[in-house]
Amino acid sequence: MTATHSLAAEALTLGYGDRTVIDELDLVVPPGRITAIVGANACGKSTLLRSMSRLLAPRGGQVLLDGKAVHRLPAKELARTLGLLPQSPIAPEGITVADLVGRGRHPHQGVFTRWRREDDEAVAAALEATQTTTLADRPVDELSGGQRQRVWIAMALAQQTDLLLLDEPTTFLDVAHQVEVLDLLTDLNRARGTTVVMVLHDLNMAARYADHLVALAAGRVHAAGTPEDVLTEDHVRAVFGLDSRVIVDPTSERPLMLPIGRHHMAAAAPRDVVRQVG
Amino acid sequence: MTAVAAPRPATVDAVARGRTRRAARRRLVVAVLAVLVVAAFAASLMIGQTFYPPGDVLRVVLGQDVPGASFTVGRLRLPRAVLAVVAGLSFGLAGVTFQTMLRNPLASPDVIGITSGASAAAAFAIVFLGWSGTAVSVTAIVAALGVAVLMYTLAFTDGVAGTRLILIGIGIAAMSKSITSYVLSKAGAWDFAEALRWLTGSLNGTTWGATVPALLALVVLGPLLLVLTRDLSGLQLGDDTASALGIRVERTRITAIVGAVGLLAFATAACGPIAFVSFLAGPIAARIVGPNGSLLVPAALVGALLVLVADLVGQFALGTRFPVGVVTGVLGAPYLIYLIVRTNRAGGSL
Repeated sequence: MTATHSLAAEALTLGYGDRTVIDELDLVVPPGRITAIVGANACGKSTLLRSMSRLLAPRGGQVLLDGKAVHRLPAKELARTLGLLPQSPIAPEGITVADLVGRGRHPHQGVFTRWRREDDEAVAAALEATQTTTLADRPVDELSGGQRQRVWIAMALAQQTDLLLLDEPTTFLDVAHQVEVLDLLTDLNRARGTTVVMVLHDLNMAARYADHLVALAAGRVHAAGTPEDVLTEDHVRAVFGLDSRVIVDPTSERPLMLPIGRHHMAAAAPRDVVRQVG
Repeated sequence: MTAVAAPRPATVDAVARGRTRRAARRRLVVAVLAVLVVAAFAASLMIGQTFYPPGDVLRVVLGQDVPGASFTVGRLRLPRAVLAVVAGLSFGLAGVTFQTMLRNPLASPDVIGITSGASAAAAFAIVFLGWSGTAVSVTAIVAALGVAVLMYTLAFTDGVAGTRLILIGIGIAAMSKSITSYVLSKAGAWDFAEALRWLTGSLNGTTWGATVPALLALVVLGPLLLVLTRDLSGLQLGDDTASALGIRVERTRITAIVGAVGLLAFATAACGPIAFVSFLAGPIAARIVGPNGSLLVPAALVGALLVLVADLVGQFALGTRFPVGVVTGVLGAPYLIYLIVRTNRAGGSL
């Protein structure tokens, strides 16, 4: 399976009530790659992701999937191509892992279609990929945060879409589980060519795992490109209003951002020097 | 985590087995409930001031003339028992539809004022306007839809269904009940038992004229809700997830509301708002079925069983004859208190 679907936003304007959150934004998601969207709190990252999966209708402009506006595609057809894991999905009380993951098959089923072998295979593959096979019969509300997040990702995998959008998939997870989830998404991208777009809070994780980094500020794309191009001291200051040093991460050779605050600065990196650079 | 590959056959089989097991469990529960409903239905045809054996009852149902039984069973008990089943199925199905859709057991139509709105309108139409039959049903459905639309606009403005919806609903329920009480106080000629029909629901004096519209509504609207089963299960995961799974959230919600409100209004116009059946049927069904799939059919059957059994108990078990709604009310009120205590303990948010 190779993912060659194109996803793009054209002059996209989004908002809630009388507040405009995203203002005439243009964005192209590279097919078959991992894209991470970063930005300050309330800069519209999640709003953008919700609109790309048509949870939010645009005020202006459009989101194009393979050249067609997503808001005019039939709901199930879109759901067979593009999956989304929202930031806080709700698990019904008492639902078992296997049942929840099976809900991901919805876009492949009609009102009267019976459950087929390929549905079981998709659920099994999703459970194995997320290492949740042994949890299959457990109720979701008894699981730990990390396990639960893997189960939700399994549900999105069972949907078998070529594009997968995730809203902060690593929030509330400890560092080991964060790496585990991001490794899984990388596996998925490499093995199936799935295009992954995720909103991430952690800049360094984003720089490490993304092929393409998009920094949002004031409702627009401030910078987009390789992690080396985007995660720079200038961009961090412009987007977050934060002084920082960016070095090369010795483990991944990707950029690593070290924030500079008002305290705990070593003599070797005096604040004045940094200020002068700014 | 390992790379993504084709699943091992053992895992696929385990998934298939688990799914079959859940489906079998659900089918068993549905079958047992259906048998119990049939048994309670048969019992309510046989039991009364005169006991008729199953043979006599069967012959009456098949249209043969049996002295004595033809009148008592055919004209008095049969329409009453049929309405008990129809109203029970309607209340149960509509209730669990609301509870599933709004992801909250407290969001049942009899707690949030939809049934009591329909009842107030029906009582008003009968007492003040002198209407009867279809006109009363239409008034009830218009009022119930009006309450639903009012709640939808008041509570869904930013797409959140939660505490606010339930609090607004409880307010509307209190208002409608006070309207019903006022209407009844103006109807001097009515006896207390008849008044209770519009306050808590009663099957006393049921005729075919009252039963048939409710039955037709169930035949039309029941399947409409059952077709939504999968979409409603999707809505349980939250609006965003449901939408990402290809469910048209808004359309599903509106169809479900119209279907459920229609069922409630027709049943309420026939026998009043039988207290707490909508509220109890879903959670009882959930207890019995467990996390094994949709609750729509099991909850409808539980609703029918509740009404049939409560009506038998109300008529014959307590010495005095109580209307069915008094019995279901006695069952429902403690559960309502339990739910509120439990949700408060769980963190204060409903």
